[in-house]
Amino acid sequence: MGEISLKLNGKLETKDVADNTLLIDFIREHVGLTGTHVGCDTSQCGACVIHLDGVSVKACTMLAKQAEGSEIVTIEGLADGDELHPMQQAFHENHGLQCGFCTPGMVMSAVEMVTKNKNISEDEIRKGLEGNICRCTGYHNIVQSVKAGAAKMGG
Amino acid sequence: MYSTKYIKPNSTSEALEAIKSMGEGKFLAGGMTLIPTLKQRLASPDGLVDISGCDLDSISDEGDTIKIGAMTKHASVAESGLVNKAIPALAKLADGIGDRQVRNRGTLGGSVANNDPSACYPSAVLALKAIVHTNTRSIEADEFFTGMFETALEENEIIEAISFSKPSKANYVKFPNPASRYAMVGVFVAQFNDGVRVAVTGAGEGGVFRHAEMEAALSSNYNADALSSLEISSEGLISDLHASPEYRANLIKEMTKRAVV
Repeated sequence: MGEISLKLNGKLETKDVADNTLLIDFIREHVGLTGTHVGCDTSQCGACVIHLDGVSVKACTMLAKQAEGSEIVTIEGLADGDELHPMQQAFHENHGLQCGFCTPGMVMSAVEMVTKNKNISEDEIRKGLEGNICRCTGYHNIVQSVKAGAAKMGG
Repeated sequence: MYSTKYIKPNSTSEALEAIKSMGEGKFLAGGMTLIPTLKQRLASPDGLVDISGCDLDSISDEGDTIKIGAMTKHASVAESGLVNKAIPALAKLADGIGDRQVRNRGTLGGSVANNDPSACYPSAVLALKAIVHTNTRSIEADEFFTGMFETALEENEIIEAISFSKPSKANYVKFPNPASRYAMVGVFVAQFNDGVRVAVTGAGEGGVFRHAEMEAALSSNYNADALSSLEISSEGLISDLHASPEYRANLIKEMTKRAVV
């Protein structure tokens, strides 16, 4: 056990956790933010993607302790009050989801790749989404959503 | 995951002290293999020594070589201006590992120390005549990889950096497993003044290996046609649910041809 402190969606969180606590369990169980999902729990599906100091990572494949002192943004941290983030709005408008389980990870991956590459191409979007698995949509609408989101974000 | 202890020291000397204080400790680099292994309870170390705070994350041009710190992430290698200019094949290799999130966490040293038979990096280390610098010595690539998941590293020895020789020409081509993106076969070809080196990953039962016949053929004629008449033996190649040894033998030739185009 030991104390960790990190910034989660702008708010300082300090908790006692066991050393073997996964970051995803810290976020969902200790802090209670359940927007970040666990799909496969084997690093494959990407439903648990969050931003750690600005880069996308899979929260199921990290210890909470490894994130000590970092700044984390989860899907709950994107919207500004009732106003959706442009990427969330783009997923909404382009029917970029069906069951929605993979969506938090898709949106977090999409926001990171567009932030780093404003004029992202379709090929780059598809490569950027290799770590996110959706079993409903067939990806077409997701890719369209990311394109539209990129345009909204100033691409 | 079994209960374990986590320590994050600020230097390699502190890391060594920490691991010696544990019964059975493990160094934790990016964790892209170790964390899943722990989650499946395939390992139960007494403690984990996270070496991400040991200042091993840097890329520098050393003249004839590019030196990359062991904790440098795949994404940093893929995006590095230095690497893209001096050894673009190495940047390309890094950009094809796993997925974006793996590249944001996974490290050069972690991959090379683990020596997974399907990992991409060991082929670059072997083909680019790399030197593996540890806390105690420098090891030549040809002496480093000793078998599947086995290396010349001693207990409590930490890779600090790897120096890759700059080739006159190089390329890496892999046939990725469509699900995991691990190499079913990956071939790194590098041309130097004194000859061509060809390293094959994903295929050998003993892990990454150099292919003498293809090296000889390409050293006399750096052209895909030079490989046409070669018969690639399937002896010693991996057989699993993804591919037979014969299929992998064919892929070795095909990937090498694509690499020299």
